[in-house]
Amino acid sequence: MEANIPNTGSGRVRAIETDRVVKTFGPVRALRGVNLAVESGESLVIFGPNGAGKTTLLKIIATLSRPTSGTLRVFGSDPFADGRLRRTLGVVSHHSYLYGGLTAVENLVFAGRLYGVPDARARADALLATVGLAGRGHDLVRTFSRGMTQRLTIARALMHDPPILLLDEPYTGLDRHAAGMLTALLERLRGFRTVVMTTHSIEQGLALADRMAILVNGILAYQGTDGLHSAQAAERLYLDCVGGNGSIPREAQVPDTA
Amino acid sequence: MTAIRLLVWKDLVLELRTKEILTAMAVFSMLVAVVFGFAFSPSPDDAVRLLPGMLWVTLVFAATMGLSRSFVLEREQECLEGLRLFPIDRSAIYIGKALANLVFLFAVEVLLLPALAAISGVSLLPRLFPLLAVLVLGTIGLVAVGTLFSAMSVHTRIREVLLPVLMLPLAAPVLISGTKAMQGLLAGRLWADVLPGIRILGAFDVIFGVIGYLVFEYVLEE
Repeated sequence: MEANIPNTGSGRVRAIETDRVVKTFGPVRALRGVNLAVESGESLVIFGPNGAGKTTLLKIIATLSRPTSGTLRVFGSDPFADGRLRRTLGVVSHHSYLYGGLTAVENLVFAGRLYGVPDARARADALLATVGLAGRGHDLVRTFSRGMTQRLTIARALMHDPPILLLDEPYTGLDRHAAGMLTALLERLRGFRTVVMTTHSIEQGLALADRMAILVNGILAYQGTDGLHSAQAAERLYLDCVGGNGSIPREAQVPDTA
Repeated sequence: MTAIRLLVWKDLVLELRTKEILTAMAVFSMLVAVVFGFAFSPSPDDAVRLLPGMLWVTLVFAATMGLSRSFVLEREQECLEGLRLFPIDRSAIYIGKALANLVFLFAVEVLLLPALAAISGVSLLPRLFPLLAVLVLGTIGLVAVGTLFSAMSVHTRIREVLLPVLMLPLAAPVLISGTKAMQGLLAGRLWADVLPGIRILGAFDVIFGVIGYLVFEYVLEE
């Protein structure tokens, strides 16, 4: 990876930076000027109701969707201009990106080789063990349950050991055991990886967050650390931002830095 | 090259396990060949004129069928989106898909060409290699344009209708030039007589191959 990695002055490197990112789909404004900065090694958890724009924001950071206006920087460079920066991103989305007609190992090795992982087979075996699928490596993915598929999806996102992990509601479909396994895995990565995660679960989000953000109607209504000390505090903050009818209190909005 | 090789490998393995595309294309081609045989019951003289047209019409429709499936497979779990995450030139996805589609279509041709020759009673052996050259050039053209339009139509609800509507008008030069060149070869004409058709096929391949390579990244954008 030869990305230009600037230092923000505080000793940490800014991994992700969005500047007034707007995304529209026809008449619908999914994101309305989102300014977000995530430092290297930081875990940011984004809460928000359905339709708030969480997935759209993660898709833009993953370079799967171009912003209508505004800019995205990953390690200081434009990932839309420099495709090599996609090597720094590991993505878990609502879709598994797995081929049902390939085995678990084949899926991981395929992804690993396309990411340029030197010993993709060994890495695949290690990750299958990490996510508790060591015995199922040679089974076709179409025979997997939803939870097993989700665990394999997480393994796929980690195949190339990316410095940035983008997790869009990664707990979806996981039972308690698998959810605990994912939390333990993400806790192990904490501090070593930049993690941006969206979730509806306050408890699961707080377990991993260094900072939280609340996205409502395409606006970052809150970002900070105030609600991190307890689930009740975070929930209160969330309800303040979302409001009883989904409106956003004016004082909760982050001022536009433009 | 590694990326293209992996993408082709993935498509071939998936197809060998499901046999969805090949089976559909092969069965369809054989049925059409038999129907043509019964419908025209060509005399030996007519057969030389009719066989190339029967071959290319069957191939174009079989290609449309197979090409539309090739990207539908990627829609499961949004694998096309997953491919866009890889730090590879996104045009490599086009080349990988096109090469895999080429293998599928060649496999169908291996069955179709002798079947049509047997049905129409035409011997292909005297001009086999020139005929195969025309077939290869035409197939590359069909796949170049079809892979591009298949990717464009995959996210639409009417993709099964849209692909032939988009592809058939543009594939007309392949259909016409391939038919004329093969008719010339089977009728025993000189190379100079069939060369213009072969040149058109070659030019078509280059033009649509380059266009596909250059615009595929934008086709994949949401």
